Amino acid sequence: MTRFRAPLITALATAALLVGCSSTPLTTDGAPVESRNTGAAGATQAGSGSTAGGASASGTPQSGVATVDLAAANAASAAAAAAKATRIVYFDFDSFVIKDEFKPAVDAHAKALASDKARRMTVEGHTDERGGREYNLALGQKRAEAVLRSLVLLGASEQQLEAVSFGEERAADPGHDEAAWAKNRRAELKDRR
Amino acid sequence: MMWLRRRFLVALGAGAALPAAAQFRIEVSGVGATQIPVTVAGFRDEGRAPVPVSAIVRADLQRSGVFRASDASVALDERSRVDAAEWRGRGADAVVAGSVSRLADGRFDVRFKLWDVVKGEELIGQSKVVLEADLRLAAHRIADEVHQQLTGERGVNATRIAYVVRTGNRYTLHVTDADGEGGQVALASLEPIISPAWSPDGRELAYVSFETQKAVVWVQDVLTGARRMLANFRGSNSAPAWSPDGRDVAMTLSRDGLSQLYVMPRAGGTPRRLTSSSSIDTEPVYSPDGTRIYFVSDRGGGPQIYRVPAAGGAVERISFSGAYNISPAVSPDGKLMAYVTRQGGAFKVMTQELDGGTVRSLTDTSDDESPSFAPNGRLIVYATRSQGRDVLMTSTLDGKIKTRLLASGADMREPAWGPFVR
Repeated sequence: MTRFRAPLITALATAALLVGCSSTPLTTDGAPVESRNTGAAGATQAGSGSTAGGASASGTPQSGVATVDLAAANAASAAAAAAKATRIVYFDFDSFVIKDEFKPAVDAHAKALASDKARRMTVEGHTDERGGREYNLALGQKRAEAVLRSLVLLGASEQQLEAVSFGEERAADPGHDEAAWAKNRRAELKDRR
Repeated sequence: MMWLRRRFLVALGAGAALPAAAQFRIEVSGVGATQIPVTVAGFRDEGRAPVPVSAIVRADLQRSGVFRASDASVALDERSRVDAAEWRGRGADAVVAGSVSRLADGRFDVRFKLWDVVKGEELIGQSKVVLEADLRLAAHRIADEVHQQLTGERGVNATRIAYVVRTGNRYTLHVTDADGEGGQVALASLEPIISPAWSPDGRELAYVSFETQKAVVWVQDVLTGARRMLANFRGSNSAPAWSPDGRDVAMTLSRDGLSQLYVMPRAGGTPRRLTSSSSIDTEPVYSPDGTRIYFVSDRGGGPQIYRVPAAGGAVERISFSGAYNISPAVSPDGKLMAYVTRQGGAFKVMTQELDGGTVRSLTDTSDDESPSFAPNGRLIVYATRSQGRDVLMTSTLDGKIKTRLLASGADMREPAWGPFVR
């Protein structure tokens, strides 16, 4: 899970840099530096942003124009929202319907994709262990496709996405009861380069 | 052929049995459970070989469901004089004896002879000179010779079975003898491997590997290990099935959104879409004559088995009993289909006559998967759960004789029975 955050943080930091060209010194406030691995990278980039801001504060040219990029700001806030949104959508038994509780998350990921066309995601469908492996692979694919369709409806483009399936092969919970099965019937959204 | 011969044996038995009924024993423990009693004596000097030849022959014959194999209480070899009346008296219809000797060059000379003690004649005597690594194969070939001589039908003991083992987070694709012994690893991976399928010439295995973080169909040369991606389209690529002529591979692709059936040339190329439904279509398998493809679809709600002409055309539903039927396999004569049905919370291997529609339960386990026919159509191998482990079982078509394939304790799954050639 952690390793997939890296590009997101980079995107955030870049977006923050653009926004940061308005005179206010940059901070990483609000940036979700949750990951130990990527925290350092995020801080470094934010730091270089601060240096740039500091340099201009020491001798601001009179003809200087600070660019306020609302698109980038939107992308940054969309990315921030997506970063907070869950990346796992759970399904009921034998169902492909995205439940209401997961719609805001799907919406957040769709907006982040729509505002940054360079973003790519893979939607991985999974099933519980009951039933045949190949049929479950197709069921997982159907779940992944359902999430992909929703993302596209909400503004993402199909070129940014690929729906794949692991069927029952990659259980999140190795148990053999309903509690485990409920955790395994899922679609996972993963960043892709 | 088989049935003709067996009836012949039974008829002969009935005739011969008039004067001495006890001398010709064919045990009938239900319809289709007729067994020919065969005595397989311990092969002379086999204790010096690394492989228990006669025990393998005995187990092979027993597992086939056609024979009841027993050891001999006296020492015999291929040079012995076999008194037919005496062996009939001991309850045998046939006697196998032989020897194993190590040659100066390290190879082994395995000799055997088969006597039909009902007719009182010697049927076959052979010498097989083999490498140590092929001793097990030699034993299987002897069992196949006996099977052929006594029934007129080919045995499957010298054939191979491919299956997948999961050990922790490691997946291995194995190829073993039909008794589950002599296993070799064809592929080892840290990602799942499913759905192995033998090419009709027995040289290649198609399978699905998730090594690239998605389902991709690969084809691997069994002998050399050379492998190639056959289908790596957008989405999932799965469920490979060879056409009987080996030219095409049918499979499931989700490149157009839904999981649908496609056919590709074996060397790769452009897939031809075979089904166009608004549902899941998967698990294609060719009829033995290559004219039809059986598959699973949930177009009617739950998953059921359908068939479609291999060239495309009208789809016809085949399974009607139960709400969840998957994983079809068609017998080599095209008359019987094995599949998995869900009954309550249980998954069970069933057979269905493709003409009459008669459905029969094959097992008493409840987590059955992936039935696959032996190339002579007499046995089915399948995966199931037993004592908390994933195991492979073979069963006769009537379900009366089942054997658990020898396991190293690892979890075994996804069996695919290979063709006669190897």
